Amino acid sequence: MNFARIDGVSLSFGDKVVLQNCSLDIKAGAITCLIGLSGSGKSTILRLLNGLRKPDSGRVIVKSTDLSTLRSEGLIDFRRKIGFAFQFAALFDSLSVADNVALPLRENTKMKPSEIDRTVHVTLESVGLEHVKDRMPSELSGGMLKRAGFARAVVNNPELVLYDEPTTGLDPIITHILTDTIKRLRRQLNSTAVVVSHDLASIYAMADYVAMLFEGAIIEYGTVEEIQKSPNPIVQQFLQGSEVGPIPL
Amino acid sequence: MKALEDLGRGTQGFFEYAGGVANLSVESGTFIARLRVRAAETMAQAYFLGVQSTAIVLLTSLFTGMVVSYESAVNAVNYGISNLVGGAVAFTVSRELGPMLSAVVVAGRAGAAIAAELGSMVVTEQIEALESLGLSPVRMLVVPRLIALIVMMPILTVLADIIAIVGGGYLAHTLAGIPYDTFVGSIRSYSHYSDFLKGLVKAVVFGGIIVLIGCYQGLSTRGGAAGVGRATTGAVVISIILIFMSNFLMSLILFKS
Repeated sequence: MNFARIDGVSLSFGDKVVLQNCSLDIKAGAITCLIGLSGSGKSTILRLLNGLRKPDSGRVIVKSTDLSTLRSEGLIDFRRKIGFAFQFAALFDSLSVADNVALPLRENTKMKPSEIDRTVHVTLESVGLEHVKDRMPSELSGGMLKRAGFARAVVNNPELVLYDEPTTGLDPIITHILTDTIKRLRRQLNSTAVVVSHDLASIYAMADYVAMLFEGAIIEYGTVEEIQKSPNPIVQQFLQGSEVGPIPL
Repeated sequence: MKALEDLGRGTQGFFEYAGGVANLSVESGTFIARLRVRAAETMAQAYFLGVQSTAIVLLTSLFTGMVVSYESAVNAVNYGISNLVGGAVAFTVSRELGPMLSAVVVAGRAGAAIAAELGSMVVTEQIEALESLGLSPVRMLVVPRLIALIVMMPILTVLADIIAIVGGGYLAHTLAGIPYDTFVGSIRSYSHYSDFLKGLVKAVVFGGIIVLIGCYQGLSTRGGAAGVGRATTGAVVISIILIFMSNFLMSLILFKS
């Protein structure tokens, strides 16, 4: 069963065509990883899925809601059900870690302060950051920042969590921890996840499905095994990290 | 042909900018009308944008009041009309210099800070993060700053008016020998409360201009650190131009009689 569907979407920024008649199904309860060259539009797909970008043409359907039918107020309500972990965490630097995580609860719910504190405590504990809750974002390491971003993304118990390059630029141990955290959070929340990543080891460890984006369209989709065995020379060149092949460099 | 294209692009850019600022004003006004205001953040912004601008506003107003007084007092004594000096200083300060100079100083300090802060939030994806959490950046960031400065600008202007007149009186006394009671009597005779009040109306408008331009520049930042720099410079330059233009228009309207 699909949780979301991108249906024939095209999108350009000025003269640059980012997506061209792109279609992708996001299976409910699964982790779908998006791979592809830098600048191929992977992060744009995440932003389409939570309505931060609107397609020039085509439809984005999440839980049978066509996002193009939502007006700005409806879109704001809709986004509250979707978590987004940004590439550089995008924590609010004037707030402590705990306040960052508490912000969506304070602003979007009628929870009592004591309930909010308890929820923030549990969420930070689930990403292993309870001990740094009073620190400011500038005092955290790269891995901690990412996990704090995860905590803020999932504190509302969203049905869909979007991760933008969660392991980029981190050491193998932290990468392993973050990969495990994504898998665990998906299980705990019983949610659906879409992960944009270049880290193949991490993708192989967590993905239920992998989609490869190339020149604005999904050129391959399947389980990790199916992707690894893909006969498509573009996919094989990408997975092997080879300079030789059909991908123009 | 190229000149026409440039003209077309410039015109389009102007209307896009004006439309963007108008949208921001309407959206902010809607939140304020619905009382969807973050009180604690508004207080914090009032402190940062208003209270922390007090020293620089007072300093510039003091010297402005003194120089106006100096220029008028020396000549007034020569022409035997020293009884007009207090009135002239109070008239000029309360109608024009007090509100306008305070606004220019605040635009330089607070307008730049607003654009830089919001611009940095754009390039570090914090604005997108707010939107992804289902929070409106206008409600979270623009509305508190707008209310804060609309309230604080008149207060700063009152302080600027007072310090400029006090400075002017001191200089008129020490350099031109005009007695304090003559100076104060002149203020009572030749200036009116309505001048001060209309000056405060101007201050409210200037406060709105500084915040809306600062926020719009910040929120439309593109291109990393260089973009933040451009947004900040633009916020100060555009705010100051609009302050001077709107001051002229308001003077025509408010002081018509």
